[in-house]
Amino acid sequence: MRANRDVKLMSHDELKHELLLEELEKKKWHRYWQAIKKDWPLYAMLVPVIIYFFIFRYMPIYGIMAAFKNQTDLTLGVGDAPFSGFYAFRSLIAGDYAKEFWQAFRNTFAISMYGLIFGFPVPIILALFFSEIKSDIYRSITQILTYLPKFISTVVITSIITLMLYEGNEPHQSAGILTTLFTNLGVIEEGTRMMKEPQYFRSIYIISGIWEGAGYGSIVYFAAIMAISPTNYEAARIDGANKLAQIRYVTLPGMAPTLTIMLILRIGEILSVGYEKVLLLYDASTYATADVISTFVTRIGGLMGGATVSLNTAASADLFNSIIAMFLVLGANFISRRVSDTSLF
Amino acid sequence: MQRLDKTELIFKVIAYTLVTLFAIAALYPFIYTISAAVSSRSAFDNGLVVLLPVEFQMDALSGVITDKGFWIAYTNTLFYTFFGTMFSMAMSIMAAYALSKSRLVFRSQINFLIVFTMWFSAGMIPTFLNYKMFGVDFRWGIIWGFGVQAFNVILLRNYFSGVSKEIEEAAIVDGANEFQVLFNVYLPMSKSALATVTLFYALSRWNGYFWNMILVNWNVEHPLQVFLRRYLTEYLMDENASLTDLPYSPYSYMYAMIVMSIIPIIIVYPYLQKYFAKGVNVGGVKE
Repeated sequence: MRANRDVKLMSHDELKHELLLEELEKKKWHRYWQAIKKDWPLYAMLVPVIIYFFIFRYMPIYGIMAAFKNQTDLTLGVGDAPFSGFYAFRSLIAGDYAKEFWQAFRNTFAISMYGLIFGFPVPIILALFFSEIKSDIYRSITQILTYLPKFISTVVITSIITLMLYEGNEPHQSAGILTTLFTNLGVIEEGTRMMKEPQYFRSIYIISGIWEGAGYGSIVYFAAIMAISPTNYEAARIDGANKLAQIRYVTLPGMAPTLTIMLILRIGEILSVGYEKVLLLYDASTYATADVISTFVTRIGGLMGGATVSLNTAASADLFNSIIAMFLVLGANFISRRVSDTSLF
Repeated sequence: MQRLDKTELIFKVIAYTLVTLFAIAALYPFIYTISAAVSSRSAFDNGLVVLLPVEFQMDALSGVITDKGFWIAYTNTLFYTFFGTMFSMAMSIMAAYALSKSRLVFRSQINFLIVFTMWFSAGMIPTFLNYKMFGVDFRWGIIWGFGVQAFNVILLRNYFSGVSKEIEEAAIVDGANEFQVLFNVYLPMSKSALATVTLFYALSRWNGYFWNMILVNWNVEHPLQVFLRRYLTEYLMDENASLTDLPYSPYSYMYAMIVMSIIPIIIVYPYLQKYFAKGVNVGGVKE
């Protein structure tokens, strides 16, 4: 009897509570509506961008379905094509396209890792050197010159690389200036077609990447070095530290937070090899070392002109890439936030 | 100035040497490009051009200047850069301004909507299919379809958040509406951030290649980058290219086109590079 009354009381309370919540909810929406009405110009300013992001960044997510559809042509709609399930994924991982796909996967990692190992330290060293130059004018000039390549389009950079590494067409046309230089230095044999040999692709890609990006990359480290108080160096000198010791015990610890963030973020981007540059530098003869996931996707999907080989395979590889890339970026950001309280997002 | 210790002196010498070498290496290909564009055919074909022009000629450059196809591509690039940047800036400024207001309802949700696109993209194939579906395959379509980059909106938003609230309030008391506050208070106070973002957008339009090439079907609407690339792959790398009867090498022609395509960048570069540098340092900011 008593228990029964308790239940009744409880439910009565609950009812009241629920009603109150409902009321609050209504009021909340009413309040939102009032705020939006009052501030409408502010919301009007947001509308175009929201529409933009919805149409061009969120609508494509629907097209991921292409990975599970048997669509034969880029010009047909994704929705109408018959389903093919996970067929494309299987052919990618263990079927007809497996060899090419895993090659592209390995190349992506290899190019990124070499880029990291050789490319990461150069901007740091460059920033260290810049900080040694006490003449402001000389430093500004050299800095401006080293950032320059970053302003120039990938097409122009790769065209210059291709022309400079051209093997020539004797007797009508002498070899490109870099090919000539390397031949004279004995680095390569005469008549080597550097752009057509798989063994040279990664070196070309990474060295030109350093040439292009090191100056620009040094900006952030240079700022970090400049933020270190000169008194730290004074103290180190009084303690008898030579230059290397000063770098080891003052400069490097001072720029450690920047170093950590940049390294973590760089690792987060390991799957996003600059595909445009690869597309512009590689050709069928260098696929073995040059083909990365994105270029594999554009080729198999027929984006670059040629016929569509297998759209669902391309879309599957694409999806695979996007998902892993997202986890890498998010992971890198998470760690960076933990380690240093700073993150990109 | 204190006396330098021996290791410091050695380090300084190394620093000066290597920085100088790096700067020369960064500049050299561009000098070479100019020299190759204005050297004579026999000099270029025999590999005599190393640094400075040999047997100076202007025929390749004037050939480029009178090339109709080149100018169509050039005008297209100017079109994409000018209207594209204007459009992108208008969209980004409005969004960033609204998002910088803490009173905005659903602020964090909208923010997330934008930032999420920096983590995840649907991928090339779905993006391509979507662009095709919305008809992003002609001039204005490209302007609209590549309008906004999340990173630039966030960069501007962060800058706007730092603008002093007192002046804004004073303007509101004086009866300024939202647009007047934006134009008369925020924009004049954010010149360097605006310059940075404008530069990012303009550069990506001027240098854009890939999407324009795969989306736009008409050659007459292709920008310079696509034109340059086509000349290189379809003509220059052909075995017979060097057999033509011109007073200059077809390579000089390519180099001359490159020179023409980077002249505008070289001209504005000295004035704008400081904003470029600034963008990097603002880039590493959190929400």
